[in-house]
Amino acid sequence: MHVPDGFIDAPTSAVTGVVAAGALAVSLRGARRELDERTAPLAGLVAAFIFAVQMLNFPVAAGTSGHLLGGALAAILVGPYTGVLCVSVVLLMQGVLFADGGLTALGVNITDMAIVTTVVSYAVFRVLLAVLPRGRRSVTVASFVAALVSVPAAAVAFTLIYAAGGTTDVAIGKVATAMIGVHVLIGIGEAVITALTVGAVVAVRPDLVHGARGLQQRLKLRVDGALVDAPAPTAPVAARTSRRTLWVTGLVASLVLAGFVSFYASANPDGLEKVAHDKGIDKNARKHAASDSPLADYGVKDVSDARLSGGLAGVIGVGVTVVAGSAVFWAVRRRRTADASPASTLNTGV
Amino acid sequence: MGAGHAHRLYRHGHSPVHALPPHTKLAAAFAFVVVVVSTPREAMWAFAVYAVLLAYVARHARVPAPFLLKRLLIEVPFVAFAVLMPFVAEGERVHVLGLSLSLNGLWGAWNVLAKGTLGVAVSVLLAATTELRELLLGLQRLKLPPLLVQIASFMIRYGDVITDEMRRMRIARESRGFEARGVRHWGVLAKSAGALFIRSYERGERVHLAMVSRGYAGSMPVIDEVTASRAQWSYALALPCTALVVCLLGWAL
Repeated sequence: MHVPDGFIDAPTSAVTGVVAAGALAVSLRGARRELDERTAPLAGLVAAFIFAVQMLNFPVAAGTSGHLLGGALAAILVGPYTGVLCVSVVLLMQGVLFADGGLTALGVNITDMAIVTTVVSYAVFRVLLAVLPRGRRSVTVASFVAALVSVPAAAVAFTLIYAAGGTTDVAIGKVATAMIGVHVLIGIGEAVITALTVGAVVAVRPDLVHGARGLQQRLKLRVDGALVDAPAPTAPVAARTSRRTLWVTGLVASLVLAGFVSFYASANPDGLEKVAHDKGIDKNARKHAASDSPLADYGVKDVSDARLSGGLAGVIGVGVTVVAGSAVFWAVRRRRTADASPASTLNTGV
Repeated sequence: MGAGHAHRLYRHGHSPVHALPPHTKLAAAFAFVVVVVSTPREAMWAFAVYAVLLAYVARHARVPAPFLLKRLLIEVPFVAFAVLMPFVAEGERVHVLGLSLSLNGLWGAWNVLAKGTLGVAVSVLLAATTELRELLLGLQRLKLPPLLVQIASFMIRYGDVITDEMRRMRIARESRGFEARGVRHWGVLAKSAGALFIRSYERGERVHLAMVSRGYAGSMPVIDEVTASRAQWSYALALPCTALVVCLLGWAL
C-alpha cells in the first residue's frame, strides 16, 4: 500500500505532508508522556520490531501469504502516540532508505498508514474496553475488532486522498469499491494475527501492554498466613484517562452517526428548506458559492450511490470539524500556556 | 555486526557524489522529486531529460547501471497496478490490438510509471551514495526533530538485531518440525511475534539503562559536525535546478 511518487498530485501531497508533520509533533510530545526519557531507545526498538514483524509472513492458503501492517498492534502494545511515531519512522526509513514509497508521497503514506490506522484502532480499542467486562479476553476481543476496523479505515482514508488529488480519473466509486473490498479481507487477517499476538503478550507480560494497563492484579502479601492487599501505588493519571475516554466516545459516536446513520436519514429537505420551497422564499436565493465543491449538498461527487455518498460526506465533515476544532483548541491552549510560562520559567530559573 | 556498519543498499565509493555532505544530498533529492511530480504528464520529453540527468549523476557517482536497475525492481507491484489503469479509467476510449483502452487511463498509467520510476531511482541513488549514519545526521541537519532522528537511528541500528532474533526463532521452530502451511498455524507465528515484541521491549529497557549509565541525559552528542560550503550546496542543487528549468519549459511548451 506504499504510495509512490506521482500517484497523488503535488498540492494534496503538500497538505497531507502538513497533516503528517502536525500529527508527528503531537505524537512526539505525547510519546514523551507515555515513555518519559526512555522514549528514544524504547520507541526505536519498537519501531525495529514493527519493521521486523512486517517481514513475518503468514501463509493464507496454498502459495499465498500476507504480512502484518502493524498500526493497530503498535497502538495497543505501546500506546497511540508511540505507535504513530514508530510506524511513521518505519515509513520514513522505508521511503528514504529502501525506496519503498515515494519521497513526496511520505505525507500521504504517513497520514494513511501510520496516523489513520493507529488512531482509529486505538479509539475503537478504548471504546470496546470501556464497554466490555474487565479481563484478558476482552483485551483480545477488543484488539481483534480494532485491527479489523483499522485496515479498511486506512483504505477509506486513501480513497479520500485519492478523491482529492488522484492523478488519474478512475471513478472514485470504483477506487473505493476495490480498495475497501480488498482491505476488508486484509483486515480480517490483520485482526486475527493482532489479536493472537496481543493475547500472547498479555499472557506473559501484561504490564508491557499499554492497552491492558488496568488489568494488573493487586499485589497481595501473605502476612501470618492471611492474604492482605499490598499498599497500592499512587495512580495520578486516572482523571486524564477518563476524560480521554469521553472524548473518544464522542468522536466515535459522531462518526458512526455521520457515516452510517445518515444512510437511513430522510432524504427530504429539512423543515426550513421545505417551508422556504413551499412558500417561494428561496426563489431568489442564489446558489451557494461552494455548491461546486466536492462536498456540496452533503454528497461526495462521483460517488453515485446516494447513501454511500452521504455517509462518506458525513464522515469527512466530522473529520474536518474535529481537526479544525482541535486546531483552535490547541492554539488557545498554546497561548494560555505561553502566557503562563514566563512566570514558571522565572520560578525555575532561580 | 561483523559485516561493517553499512546498510545493504549502500555502495562504498569515493566519488564526488559520495563526498557531498548528506543534508545537501537529501535536500537535492527531495527538491528533484518535487519538481518531477509537478511536471505536466503531457511533456514526455521532460521525463526523458530527467532520466538522462539521473543517469549522469549515477555515472558521476560510479553506481553501475545493473545495480541501479536491479534496485528499481522494488516498484514491480506498483507497475502491475499502473497496467490496470487504462482498463478501468473513464473517458474517451481507443482501440489497440482489439483492446478497449481509456485514453485518460493511458495517460494516468504513463504519469504514475514515469514519476514513480524516477522517484525510486532518486531514492536508490541517494541510499547508494550515503552511509546510514550520515543520512541520519543529514536529517538532523535539515531540522528534523532530534528525538525523531534518535528513534530512527535506534530503529536502524537494532533492526538487524531484531530481524536476526526473528530468524533464530524461525530456525528454532523449524528444527522442531514446525512448518507453517495455512491459517491453522497462525497461532504459533503470532506467539512468536508476541515473544519478539517482549524481547525487543526488554532490550530497549536494557539499552536505555546502559545509555544512562554512560551519561545519557536525553540527547545524543554530535561528534562530527558536518557543515556544507556554498560550493557544495550549489554542486548538489545543480540537479534540482536543472530539473526546474526543464519543468518550467515543460509547462511553457
